[in-house]
Amino acid sequence: MAALLARYAECIFWMARYMERAENLARILDVHETFARDSFGATNWLPILRLNADEKRFFELYPTATVKNVLNFYVLDQNNPTSIIAAIASARENARQLRPLISTEMWAHLNMFYNRLLALEPATDLAQHNIQRLCASIKEACQTHTGITEGTFFRDQGWYFYGLGRNLERADQATRLLDIKYHTLLPSPRDVGTPIDISQWNSLLRSAAGYHAFRRVYPRGMTPAAVAGFLLFNDNFPRSVLVCMREVDSLLNRLNSKYRLRRGTLPLERSDELLGNLANQTIESVISVGLHEYLDGLQINFAKLSNDIAQAFFLIDQPGTLSA
Amino acid sequence: MSGSGKGVDDLLSSYDANGFYDELFGSASKPASHTEAVKDRLRQLDYDDLRRRASDAERELYNLGITFLVYSDAKAVDRILPFDVIPRIIAAKEWAHLEKGVQQRIAALNMFLHDIYHDQHVLKDGIIPAELVLGNANYRPQMQGITLPFKTYIHIAGVDLVRDHEGTFRVLEDNGRVPSGVSYVVENRHMMLRAFPDLMGDIGLRSVENYGAKLLEAMCEIAPPRPDVDTYDPQVVLLSPGAYNSAYFEHIFLAREMGVPLVEGRDLAVIDDKVYMKTTGGLRRVDSIYRRIGDDFLDPLAFNPDSMLGVPGIFEAYRKGNVALANAIGTGVADDKAVYAYVPRMIKYYLGEDAIIPNVDTHICREPDALQYTLDNLDKLVVKPVGEAGGYGITIGPRATKAELEECRAKLLEDPANYISQPMVPLSVCPTLTEEGIEPRHVDLRPFAITAKSTWVLPGGLTRVALKKGTLIVNSSQGGGSKDTWVLTEGGQTEPDPVADDSTDPFHTQSQSQSQSSSSQSQSQSQ
Repeated sequence: MAALLARYAECIFWMARYMERAENLARILDVHETFARDSFGATNWLPILRLNADEKRFFELYPTATVKNVLNFYVLDQNNPTSIIAAIASARENARQLRPLISTEMWAHLNMFYNRLLALEPATDLAQHNIQRLCASIKEACQTHTGITEGTFFRDQGWYFYGLGRNLERADQATRLLDIKYHTLLPSPRDVGTPIDISQWNSLLRSAAGYHAFRRVYPRGMTPAAVAGFLLFNDNFPRSVLVCMREVDSLLNRLNSKYRLRRGTLPLERSDELLGNLANQTIESVISVGLHEYLDGLQINFAKLSNDIAQAFFLIDQPGTLSA
Repeated sequence: MSGSGKGVDDLLSSYDANGFYDELFGSASKPASHTEAVKDRLRQLDYDDLRRRASDAERELYNLGITFLVYSDAKAVDRILPFDVIPRIIAAKEWAHLEKGVQQRIAALNMFLHDIYHDQHVLKDGIIPAELVLGNANYRPQMQGITLPFKTYIHIAGVDLVRDHEGTFRVLEDNGRVPSGVSYVVENRHMMLRAFPDLMGDIGLRSVENYGAKLLEAMCEIAPPRPDVDTYDPQVVLLSPGAYNSAYFEHIFLAREMGVPLVEGRDLAVIDDKVYMKTTGGLRRVDSIYRRIGDDFLDPLAFNPDSMLGVPGIFEAYRKGNVALANAIGTGVADDKAVYAYVPRMIKYYLGEDAIIPNVDTHICREPDALQYTLDNLDKLVVKPVGEAGGYGITIGPRATKAELEECRAKLLEDPANYISQPMVPLSVCPTLTEEGIEPRHVDLRPFAITAKSTWVLPGGLTRVALKKGTLIVNSSQGGGSKDTWVLTEGGQTEPDPVADDSTDPFHTQSQSQSQSSSSQSQSQSQ
């Protein structure tokens, strides 16, 4: 069985994470522009800055959170490590190292995508009437990457690390999305149930491409608890935390049984535990304890799991790990 | 035909090689008859169409990342090696001659290297001055007494050839360390196959596809035996300085063609004088390394202690015969520009033969007569420092200003042993697509040869072209580009692709019969 270089495994994992991150951000910006208006028709961009706890860094670079500034910060600002272009640049740098391993088509697409972003003009491409088109094209480019990968990437160990990165990032992004919205939406109880509130929850679901799926499960009505429960625990929604973590757990299991990687049990133990916890949780009990605290706990666990994966597979410096 | 209506025909009719030997037309005394078929097809092309296809091809190279990194203003920029679409064509007979010549030269160079790292007969017999070899910066005393499989040192060679005004190929330089450029040979062919199928169909071309397979074969042949393993399949890797090396694309290309991991120094570890790579499953033994890192940087314990690129302890593993390296350590002394002058004598000494491909006349400035001759004829000669590569530090007498000549004279007098001089070779030209139309540009040829048990030469090689009008320096670092090199087959039959699958019997292919049915009833049948 062909061995996989530890460095390659790490690059694949992170390439997948960065692509997923870019896609999620494009989704959030796209939907926010359209659906997250208040009763005066204005859009408040501050919540977006809370997504990655970016407020401090943002205000060091920009005086005010105007549409133009926030969009520039998140789309084209290479000085912002959480911008789309920074994510794509990091994905491309990983892909550059991976060129011996990934398909030529994966590399060529990512290379062209990055060059296209570099060529964007803030004045025109980030103008308000173009922003949706831009976000849609970024989202589509990320999905094209996913499709090319699905159709061309060799299904050996590398494929598992790709899946691990993608699903772990997607789960993490879902908790962040939920966290900022819940933050801003819940604190004023008098707004609950008003039309604006509903549009905010619509927006939340739409940024996760989950509005129609939600409607299938809940044809009538929409409560914050139901939306949060759907994004966390739904069994079939491809962007729910539960579905992503089930995929992560299954990938780790298969990686271990197929390739017998000697240290693979370490991350698997944590992943089993996390999955067990998610599968037995209800949104009611989560809310009673505090949704924010729960999401925070999940994010910490994702970071620990990511670290376990690194310890088990990427950092092979210690002697005593000899194999034939 | 569309566009301006200008045909390639008109441009070729008014084409003038300015007295140089021309790769497409030959010379007045030696017209090239082997290129008739290609010339006919070129003439039928529309000029605008040719230009369009050429620019499409370059854009594709950029998108595919077939690029090298150039550092400017502390930023790394991807650049393509400019690609010229008019091919350089070599007749079958001429190629057979070159192939033999390259094989002969590499045989002699390998015998020379084995000799100087063992009994040094060639020095004792006074064929080559001992101080030229033993005092050479690239001579590695650490290699003394180490015997290599098949006594092969230069496993991968790129011999730079030029063609003079009489149409005679000559060796300009031997590259026996880490020659690069072979990826462009293959990628240029792929590009031509995509962009100009009409130009190359049925011409009868030698394939360049199996370089990777041949290289892997050689890497396995030199891998040390492993009596501890039942079924031994040597683990081959390609060792690269990393993604920021200017030749990284080539490293990727070769690793992919061989199907082996591309590793960096940090991916390897040496334990008990054995080399391992760090994998997701732990450390895994490595048997054979195609290294694209120079001797100096390979092992900080044995060579340059400041190297961050190498692998500490790898030389000791190599010395003990626990890992193979290609090329061997210490080959740089054989492709030294001063040693070069002695290669014809070397061939005679070791093989008892005359050199099949002659050298360019060379004056070794460490010899007083040669120095005097060089100083007296500075404005007619090309003066080269012996240690440099990439076309750096060269003074071309006939093109130099007075000040440049004086600067060169001063350098020569200060350190004569560091220089050689050669007459200016009137390099052959090849029709090339330029801003001004189709014009002659100077070219050279770098065939690639792989040697383990025996030497195999890739049919063709890298044709580098000096794109700037009148310039003779073809190096990519100095504004050179490249062309596809077509070696014609003997009988005019195009070689089958070695990877083509001939097991498919067309009569047994199933037609595409399944499709989605409009009636839901029959849908279950296709499940």
